[in-house]
Amino acid sequence: MSRGQNILRGVVLLVGALVFLFPFYYMVIGSLQTKPDPTIAGAFPNPANLTLDNYADINGRINLLQGLLNSGIFTGGVILCTVVFGVLVGYALAQLQWRGRGVTFALALLVQVVPFQLLMIPLYVMIARDYGLADNYLGMILPFAINSTAVIIFRQYFLQIPRELFDAARIDGAGELRILRRIALPLVRPALLTVVLLTFIGPWNEFLWPFLITKEASLQPLAVSLANYLSNVAATAANPFGAILAGACVLAGPAVLLFILFQRHFVSSNIGSGVKG
Amino acid sequence: MSTLTSNRRPAARPSTPGGGDARPRRKRQLLGKNPFGLLLSAPYLIFVLAVFAYPLVFAFWMSFHDYFFAAPGAQVDRPFVGLANFQEVLSDPAVIRSFGNVGIFLLINVPLTVVLSLVLASALNKAVRFRTFLRVSYYVPYVTASVAVVGVWIFLFSGNGLVNQILGPLAPDPAWLINEQWAMPTIAIFVTWKGLGFFILLYLAALQNVSEELYEAAATDGAGKIRSFFSVTVPGVRPATVLVLLLSTVTGANLFTEPYLLTGGGGPNGASSSPVLIMYQRGIEQGSPDTAAAIGVILVIGVLILAFIQRKLAGGDES
Repeated sequence: MSRGQNILRGVVLLVGALVFLFPFYYMVIGSLQTKPDPTIAGAFPNPANLTLDNYADINGRINLLQGLLNSGIFTGGVILCTVVFGVLVGYALAQLQWRGRGVTFALALLVQVVPFQLLMIPLYVMIARDYGLADNYLGMILPFAINSTAVIIFRQYFLQIPRELFDAARIDGAGELRILRRIALPLVRPALLTVVLLTFIGPWNEFLWPFLITKEASLQPLAVSLANYLSNVAATAANPFGAILAGACVLAGPAVLLFILFQRHFVSSNIGSGVKG
Repeated sequence: MSTLTSNRRPAARPSTPGGGDARPRRKRQLLGKNPFGLLLSAPYLIFVLAVFAYPLVFAFWMSFHDYFFAAPGAQVDRPFVGLANFQEVLSDPAVIRSFGNVGIFLLINVPLTVVLSLVLASALNKAVRFRTFLRVSYYVPYVTASVAVVGVWIFLFSGNGLVNQILGPLAPDPAWLINEQWAMPTIAIFVTWKGLGFFILLYLAALQNVSEELYEAAATDGAGKIRSFFSVTVPGVRPATVLVLLLSTVTGANLFTEPYLLTGGGGPNGASSSPVLIMYQRGIEQGSPDTAAAIGVILVIGVLILAFIQRKLAGGDES
């Protein structure tokens, strides 16, 4: 490996990283500026132009705390369903022999390849019109309750556990539920964290579905209320871009923070196994 | 590639014969050795039926009927109309334009995604220093909400935004997102930027499986770095490339948030509208879910055809 190639590779990677990170840096700087400064100088912090007013401004318009709470309830509900279904089905697919196992696995793969958007209109008709679940947390969570990525990841992990371990417990007279709770679940703890992290970013960042079924501001997840602010009322704020960027920082914060803290759990093979249809 | 390929097949693993269970033989044949598995999967299967299978069938049914919103519980007649919804949709210039826009999107997004993610992943694969930092920086846009970063992009690409300040006289007029020629390419670049980290990770996993011996053999045969990249790396990661092509196509078909927010609901003259955006406008804002469902059906057929062509072209039989 020649020195020149090493340098070239380093330059490519660093320029790439800069392109990826700059908008985030600019988002934070912009959210702190009293007056938006679109010139090149505006990309560098100027102590005379820094303020927290934008955060107060956006909070006065879309109640950040309520938005965060709604996003949290929506995300928490989805994660709970995903983990419960994922563990049960993953265990059944990997370790038990029952009629319909092949069909269930095929279904789990099929669910992944049909685009959500084809289901958007019928789901809207069913959930918002027929069941009256518009402006309701349950209505937000339902379409995301099944997550085949989680099923496939849990199945992968359960496949790696020797079956003899479970057979031994059965011979000792343990019931299946007890085996699942006492033996299987503790063994896939790493998978649990991976699934929670991978699932988190979906509903936390989801815009289209909650946007369709929540009209009431007090129930909207933060992504929806921020988007509504972006497209409707931004023009009336003193520093609309500052306020938008402040809101964006609040929305982006939790996901980015979780990712940085647990980044080694976002393993490429997990993501690969998750999306491979 | 082991994890990528191993879940292709449900893996007929050897079942322990006899297995020491005292259950009646008939029940065992009917529901399998461990009927408890069916019980564990039942909640998931019920949900699949309720929020996936039923809506899927409903979407097709709706597209062939005169479906309109009525008060809950009201008995209304929704007659079969054959292909009328499809005819209406396919003779609507706005719908045609939105499909054309997806075409422009794919022409920019797909090659850019494949080339950039493969080049960056190969560089990252061999890099020694700052690996974690680089991996994190590439992946951060992917974990962030579109709604959040859209705000920065509007600011960056506005008329007197930072991008135009740097470009000076080269800046397009009118600015990027309100320019009929540039609106869709700007969206395509935004989506590429946002999703690239995910594809870099996919390629990183694929690169682990390209045998080091092949590079050595290529070097022995006198191949340079560039030659071995094209003769060893590119064919070696072909299954991942087929996957990247498929996923970028699905992303293009699902495009909604970016045109809705970046270009204020479809942009200059519908130049950045997308089929899903039109589905939302027709189906929910204007109350004709039947034509919206027809757009959805056409969209999915289009994705299936593209996926088929891509598989053929990439020769990705093994993936």
